[in-house]
Amino acid sequence: MHSIATQLIEIGAIILALGVLGSIAVRFSVSAIPLYLIGGLAFGAGGLLPLDNSEHFVEIGAEVGVILLLFTLGLEYTAGELVGTLRTSAPVGLADLVLNAAPGVIAGLLLGWGPVGALALGGVTYVSSSGIAAKVMGDLGWLGNRETPAVLSVLVFEDLAMAVYLPILTTVLAGAGLVAGMQSLAVAALTVTAILYVALRHGNLVERFVSSPSDEVLLLKVLGLTLLVAGIASQLQVSAAVGAFLMGIALSGPLAHQAQRLLTPLKDLFAAVFFVFFGLHTDPADLPPMLGVAVLLAVVGIGTKLGSGWLAARRAGVHLTGRIRAGAALAPRGEFNIVIAGLAVSGGADPGLDSLGSLAAAYVLILAVAGPLLARGAEPLARRISGRRRPRPQLDTEPDEPDEGDGLDAGVPRQADAPEDEGLPDPGYTYKQD
Amino acid sequence: MDVERTSLPGIGLQHVFTTSRGRQVGVVSHRTGRRDLAVYDKEDPDTCIVTVQLTAEEAGFLAELLGTGKVVERLNDLHKQVEGLVTEQVPIAAGSPYDGRTLGDTRARSRTGASIVAVVRNAEVIASPRPGFVFSAGDKVVVVGTAEGTAAVARIFASG
Repeated sequence: MHSIATQLIEIGAIILALGVLGSIAVRFSVSAIPLYLIGGLAFGAGGLLPLDNSEHFVEIGAEVGVILLLFTLGLEYTAGELVGTLRTSAPVGLADLVLNAAPGVIAGLLLGWGPVGALALGGVTYVSSSGIAAKVMGDLGWLGNRETPAVLSVLVFEDLAMAVYLPILTTVLAGAGLVAGMQSLAVAALTVTAILYVALRHGNLVERFVSSPSDEVLLLKVLGLTLLVAGIASQLQVSAAVGAFLMGIALSGPLAHQAQRLLTPLKDLFAAVFFVFFGLHTDPADLPPMLGVAVLLAVVGIGTKLGSGWLAARRAGVHLTGRIRAGAALAPRGEFNIVIAGLAVSGGADPGLDSLGSLAAAYVLILAVAGPLLARGAEPLARRISGRRRPRPQLDTEPDEPDEGDGLDAGVPRQADAPEDEGLPDPGYTYKQD
Repeated sequence: MDVERTSLPGIGLQHVFTTSRGRQVGVVSHRTGRRDLAVYDKEDPDTCIVTVQLTAEEAGFLAELLGTGKVVERLNDLHKQVEGLVTEQVPIAAGSPYDGRTLGDTRARSRTGASIVAVVRNAEVIASPRPGFVFSAGDKVVVVGTAEGTAAVARIFASG
């Protein structure tokens, strides 16, 4: 009996629980994604509170969440930036792809999930979380650093790679034969090209249609158009997420900022629902057997991202400290990795891929927490390697005048209060806002 | 003075320059209007040793302290010298018909006789904007002309 009342009670309980989890995340200034996943695990099948009435709402909500996640991601980039990034950072982007997808592909094959599972797991280990990475760099005051443009370019390249990868994955997962697969891939490629062409050449047409002085009208037009494009893309086997991403790219300038301001609250809500939905569909009992593999992949995943960051920063002419920072900033995995795993689990004709969902959940849980921690330890680690002392306050005085001692602590970058020359903070460490 | 300008995809722009005393200073301009003031390490030019996050308003105030006020001041002096000329700052409100359109589209000078001499955007003064300059909501347009002329320009920006 799915009465409206019980559905409302369940949905309300879920969203309230998410709010509580979110407040914990804010309190410890960590990403909320792992907490939402844990929340989903706690609610779902085999969890504390099986929910069955609101299943339908959560399912649709999750789909909308993915669409809005990708749409707002697309809004952050202009078509010109994407093309420029492709031109300048393709070599590093490709190296990043090979380095980071390889462990997933190999693990997928070793675990016996076949080429399809290997393709999906390769995607899960490949993509960094641009959301978490940007937040970490902002929090640590790294945005002005010399390696930051290189790091951002790698993130843009990854997001673009997703626009190509997701349609391929969707097609392969649908278990289409070679001919049908080729056909839908061709349709996907055409659709992507068409949307990109419209975005690059006639972005102003789209903007003129959507633009409105009223926030209400703008919200309805943008949301409607995005869901419509995503639905059509999904119908054409391109994957709804990619359609939404390209739609986001098509909008730029002041309109994109307005759309972003209006849609961010909706995105926050539905993206949280999506992570819960993913958690709901992961049986907590499947986690322990996958934990060992997840830890191993996470360690390798940190290593390969450090490699990507090293390469990207070196190409930008940046030295040791910046190279380590770049790798650490790229290490967190998050929303996209779960989106890929979600596709593999829900779109797969292969029930064997269910454990891929558990593995991805564990992997993201580890890296969404460990990535930002690693970033906080990046500078002490670099100092340890290069044997430099902690930077002292630098006053713009004559070179022969002595420094004012430590009375002026303003020159020291805000960091966790780690003692001098300590390497990585121990994992039990929680950081406070000072 | 050489200013290094780098695009930060998804965030905005970064400008860095070296002072005559050899210190590197930079500003990260976020699209949201936030500004980060960055001062670089003397020994490691890759690293910001201090980053100060400023809201658009705070950045505007800092710029004012550092000299943006000069331009408007000079304009005020100018119209004091010339009898009958006034300087007006016309804000472009959200929803203005010229939000996202060019200066050339307004045909302000031929319609009103008043001149658009500068645009203040995010505390940055763009002096003598060209006809291809694209306005966006939040800009303040500095107009010089007769009292009627500047009022007419304000009406153009408000309602086309």
